Amino acid sequence: MDSSWSWQEIWQSTIWPLVVMVFQSVVLLVALLVIIAFLLLMDRKVWAAVQMRRGPNVVGPFGLLQSFADLIKFVLKEPLIPAGADKGVFLLAPLVTSVLALAAWAVIPVNENSWGRWVISDLNVGVLYLFAISSLGVYGIIMGGWASNSKYPFLGSLRSAAQMVSYEVSIGFVIITVLLCVGSLNLSEIVNAQKIGLGTRLGLPNSFLDWYWLALFPMFIVFFISALAETNRPPFDLPEAESELVAGFAVEYSSTPYLLFMLGEYVAITTMCALTTIMFLGGWLPPIDAAPFTWLPGIFWFLAKVVFVFFMFAMVKAFVPRYRYDQLMRLGWKVFLPLSLFMVVAVAGVLQFFNLAP
Amino acid sequence: MTLAAAFFYLFAVLTIASGFMVIAAKNPVHAVLFLILAFFNAAGLFVLLGAEFLAMILVVVYVGAVAVLFLFVVMMLDVDFAELRAGFIKNAPLGALVGLILLAELVLALGFRFVRPGALATPSTPIPSAGSGVTNTEAIGRVLYTQYAYYFEGAGLILLVAMIGAIVLTLRHKEGVKRQSIAAQVARGPKTAVEVVKVPAGGAIIPAAADGRG
Repeated sequence: MDSSWSWQEIWQSTIWPLVVMVFQSVVLLVALLVIIAFLLLMDRKVWAAVQMRRGPNVVGPFGLLQSFADLIKFVLKEPLIPAGADKGVFLLAPLVTSVLALAAWAVIPVNENSWGRWVISDLNVGVLYLFAISSLGVYGIIMGGWASNSKYPFLGSLRSAAQMVSYEVSIGFVIITVLLCVGSLNLSEIVNAQKIGLGTRLGLPNSFLDWYWLALFPMFIVFFISALAETNRPPFDLPEAESELVAGFAVEYSSTPYLLFMLGEYVAITTMCALTTIMFLGGWLPPIDAAPFTWLPGIFWFLAKVVFVFFMFAMVKAFVPRYRYDQLMRLGWKVFLPLSLFMVVAVAGVLQFFNLAP
Repeated sequence: MTLAAAFFYLFAVLTIASGFMVIAAKNPVHAVLFLILAFFNAAGLFVLLGAEFLAMILVVVYVGAVAVLFLFVVMMLDVDFAELRAGFIKNAPLGALVGLILLAELVLALGFRFVRPGALATPSTPIPSAGSGVTNTEAIGRVLYTQYAYYFEGAGLILLVAMIGAIVLTLRHKEGVKRQSIAAQVARGPKTAVEVVKVPAGGAIIPAAADGRG
């Protein structure tokens, strides 16, 4: 054997990076799941507060352990599989949903400091990766709806497929407008590009006015609403509209498979919140680049912004009535698509005309 | 590099196996799901080649959009595969011929490299090396928008024509179908919505015409 096959070499080139990566992934996974457990509780608490209820308040102080109680409840129940279901696809569907949703977090940077970037894979095409993964999210729902071999799940999954394909188009154009301003597909670069923006060009110090939510304001709103539609959140939760389709694609699911569907859905929502934070709210950058704000680490600001966007998601759920299906399609194709397409041209024109293109 | 080789064989074997299952699966929906798996593994192979932009575009376009429509159509249609298989023996020679021609073309295209290894060494637009700081997204963009700009725009025009054609073929405004006109609803005021009718004593109102707005 020649020297390139020595154990030392293999250890350094292959096994040690693998060990580091697995360790990072486990840390991220545990942190993400714990955060999502509390975001789920926050969702229910916000919803309850708007409706002047108390919300979950029995398990643990202020109901803080409610999500963990739900987890145990789901896991200990018996998974039911309908007799006419396609067993393999039926069980694969929730796994596809949750695994794909979790895979998106491999490229999301949460901080950058002297240690480097806090991200598992600093991919050059990070935005495209996220876009690809979120467009795959529809498969879990289609497979689940079809494999259940039942009317309501099938109708729910058809609705969902059309809805997600429609809103992906406007999300894609919004991402393009941001990319035009940044000049890179790397998510960390997108955040760093927001250090300088509209505010600094007007002579102000680095602050939250530089972030793209202000410079690209209509796109921020379009992205937020499209993200609601893409993740099947109310008011666009037509795939599981309980007044029409019982529980949509999830009618036949119970116990752990259902838990995996819910987990995938909430992870996807958190991913969308993180993407909004990165593209429009300056990621881990502090709101004002001055003393009291810069004392806190970047990850604090990142989490605070994600929680803020999630709070907006929860508020929308609480006080907007559900859309009708044709209104949903009209909004996607006749309002958002032309608007975002026009903005791509307008932003490109402004950048070129004022010589601001990166 | 051993890890990359291991992943190459993993993706290659999975691509071929799922490609075989696309034609071997009894259930058409399973066939489409295997097709998706094949696309996915092909994207993995692109990543191993260092062409991550192409890999992501493959996933976004083929897996995220085209295969969804395939799945849609296959789920909606009641395809009877036993009936389709009845003609298998009859069409087998034709299929074998097409397969042979494709194989011959592949052998010719790849064999070219073995016969004259230097022939392809100087492509017209060299691929930037990994250390030059040019990402492959940028490299594709540079070639696509300069050297092949007209071809690119031509492809865009063809797609536009196809899109307009599809809309023209399917968009119909039938008479007598109630449609929601949001502008008409918003513009509706007391003048257009309320009608004052003088009712004669002991008489009845006969609506002149139902305008469909209720």
